[in-house]
Amino acid sequence: MSHDQHFRVWRGDSDKGELVDYPVLVNEGEVVLDIIHRLQQTEAQDLAVRWNCKAGKCGSCSVEINGKPRLACMTRMSTFDEDEVITVTPLRTFPVIRDLVTDVSFNYTKAREVPSFAPPEGVAPGEYRMAQVDVERSQEFRKCIECYLCQNTCHVVRDHEENKENFAGPRYLMRIAELDMHPLDAADRKEAAQEEHGLGYCNITKCCTEVCPEHIKITDNALIPLKERVVDRKYDPLVWLGNKIGIGRKSAKS
Amino acid sequence: MTDPIESPAVEAEAAAAEIERHDYDVVVIGAGGAGLRAAIEARLLGKRVAIISKSLFGKAHTVMAEGGCAASMGNVNPNDNWMVHYRDTMRGGKFLNNWRMAELHAKEAPDRVWELETYGALFDRTKDGKISQRNFGGHTYPRLAHVGDRTGLEMIRTLQQKVVSLQQDDFKATGDYESHIRVFHETTVTELFKTDGRIAGCFAYYRSTGKFVRFDAPAVVLATGGVGKSYQVTSNSWEYTGDGHALALRAGATLINMEFLQFHPTGMVWPPSVKGILVTESVRGDGGVLRNSEGKRFMFDYIPDVFKEQYATTEEEGDRWYTDADNNRRPPELLPRDEVARAINSEVKAGRGSPHGGVFLDIASRLSAEEIQKRLPSMYHQFKELADVDITKEPMEVGPTCHYVMGGVEVDPDTAMSLVPGLFAAGEVAGGMHGSNRLGGNSLSDLLVFGRRSGAGAAAYVDALVDVRPAVAEADVDEAVKRALLPFSSATEGGENPFVVQLELQKTMNDLVGIIRKADEMEQALKALQDLAVRTRTVTVEGHREFNPGWHLALDLRNMLLVSLCVAKAALERQESRGGHTRDDFPVMDADWRHVLLVLSALGEDNVELVRQEQVPMRPELLDLFELDELKKYYTGEEIGGHRADQGLDKGAKA
Ligand SMILES: Cc1cc2nc3c(=O)[nH]c(=O)nc-3n(C[C@H](O)[C@H](O)[C@H](O)COP(=O)(O)OP(=O)(O)OC[C@H]3O[C@@H](n4cnc5c(N)ncnc54)[C@H](O)[C@@H]3O)c2cc1C
Ligand code: SF4
Ligand code: SF4
Ligand code: FES
Repeated sequence: MSHDQHFRVWRGDSDKGELVDYPVLVNEGEVVLDIIHRLQQTEAQDLAVRWNCKAGKCGSCSVEINGKPRLACMTRMSTFDEDEVITVTPLRTFPVIRDLVTDVSFNYTKAREVPSFAPPEGVAPGEYRMAQVDVERSQEFRKCIECYLCQNTCHVVRDHEENKENFAGPRYLMRIAELDMHPLDAADRKEAAQEEHGLGYCNITKCCTEVCPEHIKITDNALIPLKERVVDRKYDPLVWLGNKIGIGRKSAKS
Repeated sequence: MTDPIESPAVEAEAAAAEIERHDYDVVVIGAGGAGLRAAIEARLLGKRVAIISKSLFGKAHTVMAEGGCAASMGNVNPNDNWMVHYRDTMRGGKFLNNWRMAELHAKEAPDRVWELETYGALFDRTKDGKISQRNFGGHTYPRLAHVGDRTGLEMIRTLQQKVVSLQQDDFKATGDYESHIRVFHETTVTELFKTDGRIAGCFAYYRSTGKFVRFDAPAVVLATGGVGKSYQVTSNSWEYTGDGHALALRAGATLINMEFLQFHPTGMVWPPSVKGILVTESVRGDGGVLRNSEGKRFMFDYIPDVFKEQYATTEEEGDRWYTDADNNRRPPELLPRDEVARAINSEVKAGRGSPHGGVFLDIASRLSAEEIQKRLPSMYHQFKELADVDITKEPMEVGPTCHYVMGGVEVDPDTAMSLVPGLFAAGEVAGGMHGSNRLGGNSLSDLLVFGRRSGAGAAAYVDALVDVRPAVAEADVDEAVKRALLPFSSATEGGENPFVVQLELQKTMNDLVGIIRKADEMEQALKALQDLAVRTRTVTVEGHREFNPGWHLALDLRNMLLVSLCVAKAALERQESRGGHTRDDFPVMDADWRHVLLVLSALGEDNVELVRQEQVPMRPELLDLFELDELKKYYTGEEIGGHRADQGLDKGAKA
């Protein structure tokens, strides 16, 4: 079972670019990344795209498909109508390098600004004891495959280049929450989350959560609890509001 | 932008003159588990380190590992210890393993795993708060530290974050994050430089810009992973083009065990576009069973003699083992991978396969839906999203897929140095540790143990050099530029599209040097590879040098070709079946072949030479860890003359 479909793929570099039309063959069971690969093998050998695992595990193949941030390897062609035009464009928040490949160094910079795990003093390797229930909260966040779809989607930076300097983005705010909830982490991270990493910019719209391919509840389980832990609640009226209308309260260690 | 080139010679000279240059103590090629652990160690020993990787930092192949990391911590079954792990590893490899590597691995794995916790790793826990461990094929006790079925992600993220934490320390000390470790990602190494027989550095290009860059360094650690992309059906990604294997060969190092490829028994078989993608062995470790189209658990028919004593002979016993492992034998679904892969192959050939040419893997009837989603979340996800199959309700269809190469660079077990001074190798690119077949979970632990050792080995080597560092010869840089630009040059005008040549290479290896091998087919493959060598040299690419996948593949192809030659040549030479090497024309294991290593070295760009080499005999006290009766199945009579079993030695240490 195969059919023809109309693809439009953004081609270009940091200077200029355009959407190029390609009629393509689609076979049963294929995903968008398969179609991009077929284009490489046939008429567009130099079409640039990132990928590795082809199974939603590495977070390399992030693009926007019909305007929605998605993993190209996990977007099945059967989810579209056969006569639908499929438009594939690079992530909008990051500068284009070529075609579907963007410069994601913003994320590596932010990663480096978050202080690392602080091992507990006096606990030798092999002596770490943690209960499964206590590690599960941080484990949810460690499912992150660093696809940067949430970073790409969050409106704080998506349309506001100027905020990039002061805002770590959902992925790295979640990293702070992860360390803060690590049962044996010895550092206090709450102040810095607010002061240095821009937690205050987040107004809990949950757009990041919606695009996360790992279905991590970024806003409910990481960002809101982190906001709650930032000592003074008056700091952030949205948390108060969120609690009032029942958005994701989670018991958390303090 | 670089325009298509008219004269490669002129262009090469111009390009060489303006090449970016970096100086380091140690260059680590590869940012998977092995490379990152190597870099961490070298940095902890005070060295300045560059990490180079083809993909983005944090996306190396290690990220895909699912099941776990083997280490005899004894958290779940206190009877476990390094000796039991050592025995399992040697058995799994059919005693062809480099026993010293297997020994170091078994002894050091627990410390390496515990160390990860101090870097921030969060493994699943036992009831008493220790690292939980799961069962896996070939492991006597529950031994694999894991995080659901995403252990590789946890491992790579942990090591990545440790690298970052060291960079943060360096920033505090020097004001520069990159003063001691710098990651050059999306950068591909195409040549190693040697001067006076020693490593002097390496040559690479940035994938995004196509610009060249050279690294001057006295020590290079290869941690480039495997070769599976030379096969059509594989669990491996585009990165697995055998670059490290080929770089080592071209630098004058040797490869061993290249005939041994692991075909993982359970890859997805449908839909076609995901054929080969891995279905983790944890499905079987957690209770999943294999059935043929008649609904029969066929593995009971395939227990080989050497394993008769360790595996259940009835379904009832096999099922009891999951809850009472001390008093029952394990089900044959958990035999080493080579056995299971061959069995599936036979069932399909006998016409008892599933609709899409595999067999059924059933977990739905064995665990509750809830438990499946908790223990195997990414498998649930993968089948749901890619195949429209709900594994809590229906069985999966699975079949063998090319997964792991046991063969690799011949190294010194303790320091990981190859025959070339200054060239080290660790992880999947190194050979010896796993013998003819790797046990599941033994790779992630291998990466940690030998990653660390290679980093330490490289640091010690650099220290011993004092200040006489080999200088890179400018002429070698010019050569490297020329070779890299060849696919753009007029010399290759009218040549083929690299994607087309790659497909043909993959098909050749899949069909002719696949899971079951025959002499005439392999001879045919070697002929086909000769022809493909010419076509590889003349592939031509369109467009520019900025992020151009066609060009990238054109350069990877020559590595795939050289490595495929090694596999085919060694496979033809070894006239027996053992582990990841099955000969239709020599179906049995032959003790006279156990102690023979097939060693390959390069003869120019696309030819290889093979010689036989004797294995170093196992140290007596290690040999004593096995029962004489077991050794007799693998060893020739002469070889076990040294076993002291009948001299009344105390073997109390045995579990
Ligand atoms: C789907 C899957 C599941 C697995 N599950 C398990 C498991 O549960 N347990 C287990 O023990 N093992 C498992 N394995 C095997 C294990 O994951 C690999 O053997 C191991 O991760 C290899 O690690 P490595 O560090 O050697 O190389 P990799 O992690 O593959 O890293 C190789 C690195 O080298 C770089 N590189 C390669 N060539 C070049 C070049 N020319 N220039 C620059 N950089 C280069 C790459 O970019 C990459 O960074 C699994 C494998 C697969 C495919
Ligand atoms: S919830 Fe916060 S981080 Fe997430 S998209 Fe909204 S503003 Fe951004
Ligand atoms: S949190 Fe989710 S969306 Fe964000 S980078 Fe991680 S996996 Fe991607
Ligand atoms: S290729 Fe790895 S997530 Fe898509």
